[in-house]
Amino acid sequence: MDRLPQWADVFLIPLISVLIAFAISGLVIVGIGEDPVVAVQTMISGALGSTYGWGYTLYYATNFIFTGLAVSVAFHARLFNIGGEGQALLGGLGVALVCLAVDWPHWLVALPVAMIAGALFGAAWAAVPAYLQAKRGSHIVITTIMFNFIAAALLNYVLVNHLKPPRAQDPSSARFPSGTNLPTFQDMFSTAETTLFRGAPVNITFFIALIACLLVWLLIWRTKLGYQIRSYGQSEPAAIYAGISPVRITMIAMLISGGLAGMMAINNVMGEAEKLVLNAVEGAGFIGIAVALMGRNHPVGVILAGFLFGFLVQGGAELQFTTSIPRDLIVVIQALVILFTGALDNMVRIPLAKLFTRKGGA
Amino acid sequence: MDLETLLQVLDSTIRLATPLLLACLAGLFSERAGIFDIGLEGKMLAAAFFSGAVAYTTGTVWLGLLAGIAASLTLSGIHGLASITFRGNQLISGVAINFLASGMTVVIAEDWFRQGGRTPSLVGDARFKPIELPLSGIDIPLIGPIYTDLISGHTILVYLALLLVPASWWLLYRTRFGLRLRAVGENPAAVDTAGINVTGLRFAAVGICGVLCGIAGAYLATALQAGFVKEMSAGRGFIALAALIFAKWRPWHALVACLLFGLLQALSLRPDVVTAMTSFDVPVQLLDALPYILTVVILAGFVGKAIPPRAGGEPYVKEQ
Repeated sequence: MDRLPQWADVFLIPLISVLIAFAISGLVIVGIGEDPVVAVQTMISGALGSTYGWGYTLYYATNFIFTGLAVSVAFHARLFNIGGEGQALLGGLGVALVCLAVDWPHWLVALPVAMIAGALFGAAWAAVPAYLQAKRGSHIVITTIMFNFIAAALLNYVLVNHLKPPRAQDPSSARFPSGTNLPTFQDMFSTAETTLFRGAPVNITFFIALIACLLVWLLIWRTKLGYQIRSYGQSEPAAIYAGISPVRITMIAMLISGGLAGMMAINNVMGEAEKLVLNAVEGAGFIGIAVALMGRNHPVGVILAGFLFGFLVQGGAELQFTTSIPRDLIVVIQALVILFTGALDNMVRIPLAKLFTRKGGA
Repeated sequence: MDLETLLQVLDSTIRLATPLLLACLAGLFSERAGIFDIGLEGKMLAAAFFSGAVAYTTGTVWLGLLAGIAASLTLSGIHGLASITFRGNQLISGVAINFLASGMTVVIAEDWFRQGGRTPSLVGDARFKPIELPLSGIDIPLIGPIYTDLISGHTILVYLALLLVPASWWLLYRTRFGLRLRAVGENPAAVDTAGINVTGLRFAAVGICGVLCGIAGAYLATALQAGFVKEMSAGRGFIALAALIFAKWRPWHALVACLLFGLLQALSLRPDVVTAMTSFDVPVQLLDALPYILTVVILAGFVGKAIPPRAGGEPYVKEQ
């Protein structure tokens, strides 16, 4: 399997896997009596045909870039963090507590504090599974799944019993003060004559997500700590032999991972909802798994995959309006992408490797 | 608490523990053979939909059960293909299967029934009915009500699930197949050296897991409730996984764990009982979260260490 040239490993295999996933999704669309070509056209015009569509696509992409980065950083240390959903929920709690704490004068003041709070809450939620993995060998996949459920119950409790304003019907917090409202693309890019991104939730967090990608790239490939994380992920015995502490790397990688997932909350809680609602994360933590797998754990790949899933989610919402295809089709596509780029990787890799050796030998 | 309330809570404990038990035993077979399965949830959900859909269409619950098992087995086949044949990551495969079931059930339900991702309600022979055991309604103090209300009056799948506990124990610990299945989860290389087909055994285990998850899902849609609703497995596959760890991968302990988690679920439906018992307000959310919290505590090894099968999660590569 090491016979594959690097470009094939990085581009060709994910591309083929994603194409297989899309082809099967197309068959599903045919199976329910719809036209896949029309479906794709509807999705493209809905997600990319207007600045409004772009505004939603980029908003979702921002969420997925954060959770995709979170899963990637953990993957580099060979840790499978399925807990992004719970960590992002807790991040939302942190952001909400900050936003509701004082009457913020300006978003520029509120944003850094909210970011720190979101990251801290997310990291704290990742810390317990990380500690149990590092010190007691409890399988991190199981503990992070459990922590997703505990997070959902905890958030439900906090919202219903503490954050919900008295006499309110919905289990959601009070509206955040206007000093915490982040500038949207509409505020930033509209001119006096034309309004762009009207009503779309994409906001300044998109750029913070891109900066996060750059920082993660620097961390993983340009620092000693990143080298240690990757060494540990490649071979635990070799890393230990080189004096790298498994406990330290497990803790640090998971804290960064949880912090990134928690920071997503400045987009969905502070940027979009402007209050804390139940199920604010809407599965973005899980989509992060697909994004990381498809993006090969590289920040550039995560941006591309995050954008693709942003497109799918927004396009899927449009499908629901104009065709009889429910938006749950996106969950199917997500599942197939995870299946083919993650679990069935060898199905593509082995025949491809054979093909390349035959060519090389001739 | 009076006897009637107690019996009500225990009765609903048994009904709620049944799907957990079936899924837990399913996971037991798979994981004992070295194949981690976090896709129990998805298999149950798929089975719930197809059993409900076919039972509604044909009006025969048994055909529904078969369809549920077939759906679950299909997903098991994908899991086997990914984790045994192509030696992929078993956890990632499980995650994919959960999402696949979550999405496909709604997409197909919308296409077939157009009721917002649910099947129409099941009536008559499209559902499993409670079985009144002989002598139920017998008039003996204490024993009479316990027999009539608690032991009698469940659907056949409840009794089947309970019988599967000793059956699984016997199969795993008293047959050659069971010995080999457990061995392949601990040391597949040794099993292979003995001339036994590792791949075949693992596929058999994954297949048994599929059948049991199929029954669990069918129970949800055709016995516990009357029809399929979106996401009706509601995390039960993960609670079953928790129970499996709680039970340390042993059948009788699995029964105890599932009854405990079933009791917690039954209590979270009756907050009034909990308040009366503890004399202070226990948040419902705490009861919901308790199975998961208990599992983390067990996993942390504070109450006896849970050690999974040694070769669990590792694809087996035959020596050349």
